[in-house]
Amino acid sequence: MAVRKPPITTREYWAPGHAACAGCGCATALRLATKAFSEAMEEKYGDPNAFAIAQATGCMEVVSAVFPYTAWKAPWLHVAFENAAAAASGVEAAWKKLGRKGKILAIGGDGGTADIGMQALSGMLERWHNVVYLMYDNEAYMNTGIQRSSSTPYGAWTTTSPPGKYSIGEDKPKKWVALIAAAHQVPYVATASIGNPFDFVKKMKKAAKVDGPAFVQVQCTCPTGWKSPLEKGVEIARLAIETGVWPLFEIENGDIWNIKIQAPGGGAKVKREGGRVVAIEFKKPIEEYLKLQGRFKHLFKQPEAIDVMREQIKAMWRTIGVEVTLPKPEE
Amino acid sequence: MPIRKVMKANEAAAWAAKLAKPKVIAAFPITPSTLVPEKISEFVADGELDAEFIKVESEHSAISACVGASAAGVRTFTATASQGLALMHEILFIAAGMRLPIVIAVGNRALSAPINIWNDWQDTISERDTGWLQFYAENNQEALDLILIAYKVAENEKVLLPAMVGFDAFILTHTVEPVEIPDQELVDEFLGEYEPKYAYLDPSRPITQGTLAFPAHYMEARYTVWEANENARKVIDEAFAEFEKRFGRKYQKIEEYRTDDAEIIFVTMGSLAGTVKEYVDHLREQGIKVGAAKMTVYRPFPIEEVRALAKKAKVIALLEKNITFSVGGALFQDFSRALINESEKPKIVDFILGLGGRDVTFRDLDEALAIAQKALNGEAVDEVNWIGLRKEIL
Repeated sequence: MAVRKPPITTREYWAPGHAACAGCGCATALRLATKAFSEAMEEKYGDPNAFAIAQATGCMEVVSAVFPYTAWKAPWLHVAFENAAAAASGVEAAWKKLGRKGKILAIGGDGGTADIGMQALSGMLERWHNVVYLMYDNEAYMNTGIQRSSSTPYGAWTTTSPPGKYSIGEDKPKKWVALIAAAHQVPYVATASIGNPFDFVKKMKKAAKVDGPAFVQVQCTCPTGWKSPLEKGVEIARLAIETGVWPLFEIENGDIWNIKIQAPGGGAKVKREGGRVVAIEFKKPIEEYLKLQGRFKHLFKQPEAIDVMREQIKAMWRTIGVEVTLPKPEE
Repeated sequence: MPIRKVMKANEAAAWAAKLAKPKVIAAFPITPSTLVPEKISEFVADGELDAEFIKVESEHSAISACVGASAAGVRTFTATASQGLALMHEILFIAAGMRLPIVIAVGNRALSAPINIWNDWQDTISERDTGWLQFYAENNQEALDLILIAYKVAENEKVLLPAMVGFDAFILTHTVEPVEIPDQELVDEFLGEYEPKYAYLDPSRPITQGTLAFPAHYMEARYTVWEANENARKVIDEAFAEFEKRFGRKYQKIEEYRTDDAEIIFVTMGSLAGTVKEYVDHLREQGIKVGAAKMTVYRPFPIEEVRALAKKAKVIALLEKNITFSVGGALFQDFSRALINESEKPKIVDFILGLGGRDVTFRDLDEALAIAQKALNGEAVDEVNWIGLRKEIL
């Protein structure tokens, strides 16, 4: 009987037994990311284990490394909340001096990356360390109990952006760290999603194989913080792509004018000019994405807020050179 | 043969780093320590030091990168001062808690506000509870030697703690003195290659470093830092002895000067010790029975040595370039801790002076002496005294 090769290595670096919540999208992201990294190291250096991880304080750190246990089957280091990129820089420099072949994977959540860790990330990218920085973006400070971060999208409920008489929830647009990373003109920057795991793996492999720094921002769902059904994480993430909320793109060598936008699926009509995506007509309204999440529940009582969100999403797409049409749900 | 060069303490620190052969250096410039990374940059650029020099974007990242490199198993070095050390503060605890033998050279400088680039010891003193070993240099030679000794102690398996070596801003950092640069071969023999036993990030033997500890384990982890500091007492003595054997220069945790029949002993640290020794000579010519003592090692606090010193004097006069608000100087607390349960103890009088680079003159020391003499004669004096304070501008 023919045995089909598994689509990704069966090697595990993020081992069973970690303490993440049921349905945690970020746990999925880390498991896939490390598998992808391993495959890349095998292809590049002939050694699937040729990597080490430096991780910021956050959900994924506290659930994976509770003394005396560990969920990590790769060399792993945690220092503090804001310095995964700086610690990774040190590890990379040490490896260089030790003559150790391989790559360092730095991991941080959106709080540890978009906010407190921004400076260290910028320093690491600018100094051209051979590090892949993976930002797992669950769009709030989930580790401390769902406070807003600068990566929290407009309109979202968090404990520090509660909707109320004078509040719509989070009232600022989301900060797109991938674009800030790209401004460093590093070899590789991408956005990804657990809603498209094959694409995510492909991008992680690509990031791991470049010489120099790379940055990947992966959206991962958080049933606790998003108040969403445990089993619907991947579905919600896919809807984020299909409704235009989460763009998938790649930027190589900081060439923002040559950004590679991916077709979103979900029936969206993509218009290209010279191979480049210039417009997308989405078919699914963002409400399909929003309605599965308790964090946006209050918006349905104020549909004008959802229109504001639509305008912000359009503006974000325009920043990356794409005119989008976002439908309203049929009455 | 060792060579003698005239150099600033900053250069001496850079030379020490070169001799110790760290594999990773991460630093961010700050006055008055800027010359340390500059000089190291030159060593690296000229191929005289085979190291990765990470020019980080902040002191926070400097120490974070050192933690990363040290956790990966290599010898690391950085230099900073004042606000830079304060910016490292959070990670200093982590470096000690993770038992990583990083060495920092610190050009001791005052802390803001008001911003001030000149000397006092508030920066390193403020880090006294981080678990780091602390050495203070009296002169440029000591700056070089103590950095080498700091590595020797820090990397000892019974210790495995980071260490900082302080030398006074401008008074030493920017002042040239003859410094003997030891032979590389002898330094190599003294320090050896750093071989980490516990800290490494090697894919062939993966380990997890920097975990979360629940209440069931945190206290024990902190205890090991305490224990390592206790172990360091003996290891420092051994390192001093070995250093003296190899290089001929003698160090002690507390160096005493003319203390044998002293009634009043001035205790201080850093470059002020030189001034105070001169002052003691000056007083001795007048027949005044005073002595001096220099704290070369501040952490671990040399409790036994302090007790031995205290037996020799009726008054201990502490001369401190730091302030612990509402208490006095840090040494005042530490000496009190060392002597509180002794059956016979001298009076301790605390003097705060020389903050933010204000010169400490013989006139200032006369002011302190007058108060110490009152205490000697059984008169009531303040426990904490600010010397050289310009009351007219308050």
